[in-house]
Order: sequence, then structure tokens, then C-alpha cells
Amino acid sequence: MYRHAKQLWQLAIFPLIAVVGGFSASVVAEPERWEVNMPVGATEVSRSIYDIHMLIFGISCVIGVAVFSFMFYSLWAYRKTKGHKPATFHDNTTVEILWTVVPFFILLGMAWPATKTMIEIYDTKDADMDILVTGYQWKWSYEYLREDGENIKFFSALATPQEEIYGSSGKNENYLLEVDNPMVIPAGKKVRLLLTANDVIHSWWVPDLGVKKDAIPGFVNEAWTRVNEEGLYRGQCAELCGKDHGFMPIVVKVTSPAEFDSWIGEKQQEATEIKELMAQNFSLEELMERGEAVYQRACLACHGANGEGGVGKAIAGSPVAMGDIGNHIDIVVNGVPGTAMQAFGGQLNDLEAAAVTTYQRNAFGNNMGELVQAVDVYNFKKGGGE
Amino acid sequence: MTATSHKKGSVKATVSKLLLVVVVMFAFVFVVMVPLYNVLCDVLGINGKTGSRYEAVEAKIDTERTIKVQFVARNNDAMPWGFAPADKVLRVHPGELRSTAFIASNPAQQDMVAQAIPSIVPSRAAAYFNKTECFCFNQQPLKAGEEADLPLQFVIDQALPEDIHTITLSYTLFDISERVAAAH
Amino acid sequence: MGEHHGPATGMTRWLFTTNHKDIGTLYLWFSFAMFIIGGAFAMVIRAELFQPGMQMVSPAFFNQMTTLHGLVMVFGAIMPSFVGLANWLIPMMIGAPDMALPRMNNLSFWLLPFAFTVLLSSLFMEGGAPNFGWTFYAPLSTTYAPPSVTFFIFGVHIMGASSIMGSINIIATVMNMRAPGMTYMKMPLFVWTWLITAFLLVAVMPVLAGAVTMMLMDIHFGTSFFNAAGGGDPVLFQHVFWFFGHPEVYIIILPAFGVVSQIIPAFSRKPLFGYDSMVYATASIAFLSFIVWAHHMYTVGMPIAGELFFMYATMLIAVPTGVKVFNWITTMFKGSISFETPMLFCIAFVFLFTIGGFSGLMLAIAPADTQYHDSYFVVAHFHYVMVAGAVFSMSAAVYYWLPKWCGRMYDETMGKIHFWVAFIGFNITFFPQHFVGLAGMPRRIPDYSLQFADFNMISSVGAFIYGGAQILFLYNVIRTIVAGKKVDDPKVWDGAEGLEWTLPTPAPYHTFTTPPQVK
Repeated sequence: MYRHAKQLWQLAIFPLIAVVGGFSASVVAEPERWEVNMPVGATEVSRSIYDIHMLIFGISCVIGVAVFSFMFYSLWAYRKTKGHKPATFHDNTTVEILWTVVPFFILLGMAWPATKTMIEIYDTKDADMDILVTGYQWKWSYEYLREDGENIKFFSALATPQEEIYGSSGKNENYLLEVDNPMVIPAGKKVRLLLTANDVIHSWWVPDLGVKKDAIPGFVNEAWTRVNEEGLYRGQCAELCGKDHGFMPIVVKVTSPAEFDSWIGEKQQEATEIKELMAQNFSLEELMERGEAVYQRACLACHGANGEGGVGKAIAGSPVAMGDIGNHIDIVVNGVPGTAMQAFGGQLNDLEAAAVTTYQRNAFGNNMGELVQAVDVYNFKKGGGE
Repeated sequence: MTATSHKKGSVKATVSKLLLVVVVMFAFVFVVMVPLYNVLCDVLGINGKTGSRYEAVEAKIDTERTIKVQFVARNNDAMPWGFAPADKVLRVHPGELRSTAFIASNPAQQDMVAQAIPSIVPSRAAAYFNKTECFCFNQQPLKAGEEADLPLQFVIDQALPEDIHTITLSYTLFDISERVAAAH
Repeated sequence: MGEHHGPATGMTRWLFTTNHKDIGTLYLWFSFAMFIIGGAFAMVIRAELFQPGMQMVSPAFFNQMTTLHGLVMVFGAIMPSFVGLANWLIPMMIGAPDMALPRMNNLSFWLLPFAFTVLLSSLFMEGGAPNFGWTFYAPLSTTYAPPSVTFFIFGVHIMGASSIMGSINIIATVMNMRAPGMTYMKMPLFVWTWLITAFLLVAVMPVLAGAVTMMLMDIHFGTSFFNAAGGGDPVLFQHVFWFFGHPEVYIIILPAFGVVSQIIPAFSRKPLFGYDSMVYATASIAFLSFIVWAHHMYTVGMPIAGELFFMYATMLIAVPTGVKVFNWITTMFKGSISFETPMLFCIAFVFLFTIGGFSGLMLAIAPADTQYHDSYFVVAHFHYVMVAGAVFSMSAAVYYWLPKWCGRMYDETMGKIHFWVAFIGFNITFFPQHFVGLAGMPRRIPDYSLQFADFNMISSVGAFIYGGAQILFLYNVIRTIVAGKKVDDPKVWDGAEGLEWTLPTPAPYHTFTTPPQVK
């Protein structure tokens, strides 16, 4: 039925699209060019929203056609050039009461299904799992709240390379809608999302899920979703949250429950492996390689591709990167309060923090030749600074 | 001309009434809207805000029902503290007084002061989640490198709506060191 | 004494004038200058959005552009333009010699250039201009704002004071200066809509002042109205802002309703249909505007009862708005309609504003708003209402009354060219924005994914056309003033009704020094 409605809608809009210059007939879940309507989506809720949207749109169209026909008929039939003598009437109580009362009942007819859909969206029955979604300037983090075992927490940031955004290199088909770590959920399970923010207000929006909810610093909002079809669903931050508001997409990967369990297993494995890696010492080359990747993900947006600075201070030739190592680690881990420099201690693991510090001290012509190992960061954190 | 001067008087009256409206509306924001919003938040649990200290009353424990209470700890912005719940989940009967704690540590090189802001989901449950003791009632100073257990004691009202089985209590830790320093 | 002394000469005439016509002219030129500046910001926005990728400006500057575009257009262009119209027309329409408070009138105008100099100078400040959107949600506009936010707050205070003074003046004039026999229910609809608008302004501009005062205190004096860390709440900001913001939307559109209600009867050569119901509908819209504000906040996580209440209240607005549209169309019905430029703009107004009304009704539906909220669908909606509503009606008003003001007729062909370029450009710009919004494009983003590319390019082309149309408008107005064909018939338009058309053309510097008798 939804598909059907969608095709009808596309048919209705066809002349316009044809005039403008292109048309694609296939109806697929992936976003397509020249899309003119809301996605039907992949959840019960998104379908209900689509239905109510089409209903209100349809009623509006019918009323619109009637009203505009009457207007254009009047303009045509009573044009002055036809030599028509104007009438002099200026009110008619019956008609006026009628067009006050009738719209009221039409509105009642709209309010009823809208209320039903609203109640459906607010279905608070127990969920199978909880994910804490936190909006940061400008990325998301997902923390899977688990009763037994450690919570799984990771950051999810834009994966589109800077060259595609600023340079002339071609843009891939998921331009600006791709992340390094998607949020993974199992198909058919009811997932409760707890939404909050780290700094300013963000808004978590995935059209195919029919979910948009504000993430407010200090407070927690909730939303629910249950997706039956496996696949990738893409969305974006919907509330202006500062400079890179347009660059913090959301990707939800829906897998089979079995796949989900093995993904959870992998994540736990990863956590253990990272713990082991932390105990190792790395060579300068290895740290530089890891550090570069971290830099591009976490630092580049503010400090520039060549450490030239931007929102943040320049790294190239910086007194921090070329000064005391302890102070450098302190700034990476704890940030600089009152500035845009965040505390990365919670966002990067010790190895990543070590690698990026090493990278900053040796890249961009800083060439300090010093290494920072994960254990240094660990000791720094443990020792309250020393 | 007499007509005009007569009007001058009523212009004055109109203007003074309108100026009064302006003053009243400006005051309305501070005197009515802000307090009214806070009252509505308490009553309706908007944003999951919880009330202030609750005086424990002897109440029957409703052993028929078990509520899963989840604890979440977060840091706001550049707050570097370690902050985690001692218990991630407690199963509680309505009417039963329970205690738990959050563990906070200050890894920074300077002394800091924090304020924890609670938020409950579902927000409808906020009005039924009564805290007899909570670290969020006060500011939390920690010296450089210090660690502390922050106590929380609560009781869930038996009148909690039947359809609520899970309550999530989140604390967000804000760094207020500068504000406190500025106030002194 | 003071029989027919003309205006002073030179700069002092404009600096110290207390004449309602001079002040009206100042307001109109000031608002047009702001319209061009705000339009230039829009051109930067559309140029950046012409294709995917960042080409012209940085994301940070893009945010400053969207913010200033909104602020300048709402507070600098649209609102002052209608105040200018009110200054010129209300005394002439009610048979008064001038506004009730001429010296305050002068002050309320001259505050505006000052306020906007403060606001726009922030572009050259360290950290850049305000970048938090014209709705300036906390904490983006408080804890995380650039230093220029203080100047922004100062600017808003001054222009708020200007608005309040202007509206007090209008209310005082309408209530006390009407000619004998000009009862309330005989007032032209433009006067009625402005009277109601002025009451709205007096009621909500102090609320805006309160909101920015709280911001100022949070930023500089350590209070925590909007800061969770100190027991405040960022959502409170949104409630206060929209308690001002929703009536503000009607402040912008009600005078436009008034203009259209004057012009459509003139070119239909038939009295306005349902005058009484027009007045009641305007009053009910004004009343309802106070109880619908949270429909801007469906996604902040309100209790369901709140969502439903604001949804029902918002839907109710469709009733009086519908009454107005039906009245306008029935006014045309069985008239004798001619299609001069002002009428063309009014017909386009009714057509496009109604489309904006339909998308407004869709946005009122709380569950569907889950998808519409903060998407380009919203952008399309409010530009249909603000541009095709307020700006088109303003263009209509200028063409309609300009001959009365300056005694010269505009060039009809040029006027029609302006109309058609504006109409086509407008629709090319904003109609496709419905599509990208529904398909999932958030608003206020400097760059977008590839599936939105085609419609955005079309939209940008339309924006450049619509921008060009304003140059035509400026040319037409200047040409009319300088070299338009002279007219001296008091009734410039054969179907025009009202006291202003009994005055000589061009309207003399002082009018109605002895009040006319209205039958």
C-alpha cells in the first residue's frame, strides 16, 4: 500500500520532474536523485508517519484545487476587459458560517489519525536494549548499556575525506552520509535510544526510522525504534550545533541478531586487544601511522590538514607540540577549559592519545623526534598528571 | 483645535497604559514564565528533572512489583573527571529505600568543583523517583588526584504508573570550578 | 499659525523630521536597504549551496550568513517596511493630521540604523558575527557563542525599543486621532490589522527583550537561566523565545493581510467581502498566536499531552486563515477585475500564501513533524509565507500607493516585468525546497549529500533570478519618482476607496489639518 501511494505521488509530480530534466523510475530504499517525497521508511512508525503525511497532503491538495479553481475562474470570468459590471454584495452570513464550520470538521478528521500516530510514537513498552546516544561538536557517540560486562562505547564521526569536501576530487555516492563506526542494532528488536548531548543541542534524525529527537546537554530524551529489514540507514544532525553541523551524519546498520551478537563479541575483543596493545611499545613509524589516522579523525577539523590552525591554534611550530611532553599530553587528555579544545581523554584510548601526541610532535616540520607510548598516557592519567 | 487638545489628554492615557503593558510583559518573563516552567518541570517531569530532597515516610513495600533502575554517568564538555556508577543496575520494589553510589575521581593537576545534574527517563517517572540523599543536591569539590564515592539514596513511590518497568537515572557532571571561583 | 509650511531642506529635514510622511519614507528606504543587505547574504548562501562541496565560504562563515540573513530580513527589512507603510497611510486613512506622538516617531526610526550598525559591525569582530541562527538557541548562543553575542543582544534591545515605540505610537494614533464619524468598524482593514499587530508587538517585544536579557546575564553575570550546570535549562530558552516568536510571525503577516484587503477590492471594483469576519478572523489569529508556540518544539521531548494540545491549537489557526482566503476570493467573484501590477502581486499573494498555509497545516501535525522538523520543508514553508506573503504584499503596496505619494505613475510594463520575474524566480527558488526537505535535507547546512544536488542547483538559479528582480524593483521605484508620468487625479485608481484617495495627488506635506467628516 505504501509503495502504491508513493508511485501515485511520483506520477502526480511527474510532469514537473520531466520538465526540469531527469527522472528515475525505480523505487529503492537508498536515497535517489530527484526524490520529491518523504521516505516510507523501514519501521512501523515511519510508515504511520508517511501515511498521515500523505493523508494531510492529499486533503490539502483537494481543498487547494477547489479554492484555486474558484479563484482562477473568478479572475477569468469577471475580468474587466469583458465589460462585466461589478456586483455590489459584500457579505452573506450563511456562506460565512459555512466556511468557518466546514473547515473545522475537516480539521477534526485530520486530528483523529494524527493523535493515533502520536500515541504510537510514544509507545513506551519495554525495550530489548538501550543505547545512550550523545551528540558532540561534531560527532556522535554510542554507548550500549549492558547489565553484565562492560558497556560498549565508541565514537561515530564523518568518514568523508576532506579532499572530497574542499578539493576537486570526485565525491562518492554516500558523500557526507558516511561514518567511520556506524551504530549497529539487531533486526526485529525494540531498541530504546537515550539521547543527550555533551555541549550544545543536537538532534538525532534518521528519516527511514521515523526518529528525530533533540539531544540536550544535561538532560536525557528517549526514542524507540524497531527495524525489521536489515540494511544501512542514513541520517544527519538536524539542530544547528555550530560550525560543522552539516558534517555529523548518522549511519545505522541493522543486522541479523546473530550477526549483532558476533559484532558485540568483536567489540569486546577489540577492547581486550587494545588493552594488550597499550602494554606494547611502538616504533616512531607505527605511532606516526596510527597518529595520522587519529589526527584526521579528531584534530583536523579545527587544527587544519597541515597543522596550520583554524578554529584551533596552529600545531606546526606550536609551543605546546614543541615544548614539555607532560603539558602536551595534559592538553590532549584534559583539553583547555573555556576554549574549543575538548578533553580527548574520554574520546581517545590511551594508545590513540599517545599516537596522536607523537604525530603532532613529529609532523608538520615539528620533528621533535620524541615518542609517547600508551603507557605514558596511562601513567599520566593515573598519576593525576605526573 | 479644542478637539485636538482634548485628544492630547487621551493620548497620554493610552501611552501610559501601553507602557504599563510593556513593563508587565517584561516582568512576566522573569516573574511568571521562569518559575512557572520550573513548577511544570517538577510536576510533569519535563526533561526528567527530579525534585529536591525527599523526607522519607514510612511506606509499605510493594513486593509484587520490581522496577529495574539503570544508572548512567556522563561528563559534560571538557570535564576530565572519571565518573561511573557503582551499580549499573538495581532491581527495586516500590516503597523500598535503597542506597548506591557513584565513583568520581579528579585526574587533573588542579582542584576542581563539579555539579551533577540528574535526568530521568521516562520523564513521567521523575515525579515518583524520590531521593532522600543525593550528591546532586550539593556541589562536589575534589582535590587534584582525589577520588570519592558520592552517595545516593532513593525510594520509588508506589503510585508509579503500572506500565513503567524500567527507570534510567542519568547524571551529567559539569565543571563549575570557574563559576565557583568567580563567586568567591 | 503654521498654515502650509513645507519641509525643511537638506539633511536636517530627515534628521529632525516629525512628519509622518517623511518618517514613513525613511522607514521604507531603510527597510529596502536592509532587504538588499539581507538579500546579499541569501545570495552567498545560495551560491555556496549551488553544488555539493565547499567552494565559496567556510562553514563558520556560512552559519553567520544564515543567522544574519534571518535577523536582517525579519527585524530589518519586513518589520520596518510595514511600520513605514503604517506611518504613511494610517493618518491619511483615518483622517488624522499626523501620528499621535511625532517626536517619539522620529526617535523610534533613528534607533533602527543604530541597532543594525551594531549588529552588522559584528561581521568585522574577532570571532565573527553571531552564528547561532536567528532563533539563537542556548547554549549555542550563550556558553558557546562568539564574543560578538553581546553586541547582538545590544542590537536586539535597541531595535526592540524602536518597535515598541512605533507600535505605541500606532495604537495611540488609531485610538485617539480618528476623524469624526470614523468608528472602529469603519476603519480600513489595513488600519485594523495594524492596530492588532501593534498590540501583539507591545505584548511580545518585551518578552524578546527578557529572553536576551537572560542571555546577557548568563553570559556576563553568572546566572544560570539556560545553563544546566547551575540548575537552569536550555529548553526554557526555546519556550521563552517562541512565546515571542510565534506572535512575531503574525506581526509580520497581519499588516500584509491588511494591504491585500485594500488592494483586491480596488481592482475588483467591488467592496471587500465579509469586512466584519475579516476583523474577527484577524483578532482570533492574534489570540491563537499566544497558545501555539511549542509547535516549533515538537522534537524537544515534551509530554504527549503537551504535543497534542499544541497540535490541536495550531490546527485551529487554519479556520480564521481560511476565512480570510475565502473572503478575498469571493471579493474577486463577480467583480470587474483588472490586472495592474499591485493586483498581480495580490493574486500571487493569495495563491502562494495559501500554499504556505497548507504546508503550515502539515507542519502542525505533530507526528508528521517528526520528519519535517528542521528540514528544508520548513524553510520552504516559511519563505512561502514570509516572502510570497509579506514581501509580495509590500511590493503590491508600493506600486499601489506610490502614485499617491509622489504624484507620478510607475511604468506598467516595467511593473509587470518585475512581477513576473519575481514570481517565477520565487517559485523556482522555494518550490524545490519542499522536495529536498521531505527527502531528508536538514536546514542550515553548508554542504549536502549528492541526492539533493539537482534541486539545490535549481533553487540557487531561482534565487539569483529573484535577487535580480529586486534590482528591477529599485529601478522602477526610482524611475517613477524621478521621471514617472505625472498624475493629479486624487483617485489614482478608479476602484480605490478610502480617505487617502480624497486627498490631492501627490499628497501634500500636511494633510487633514481640519479633520474630515466621515459619513
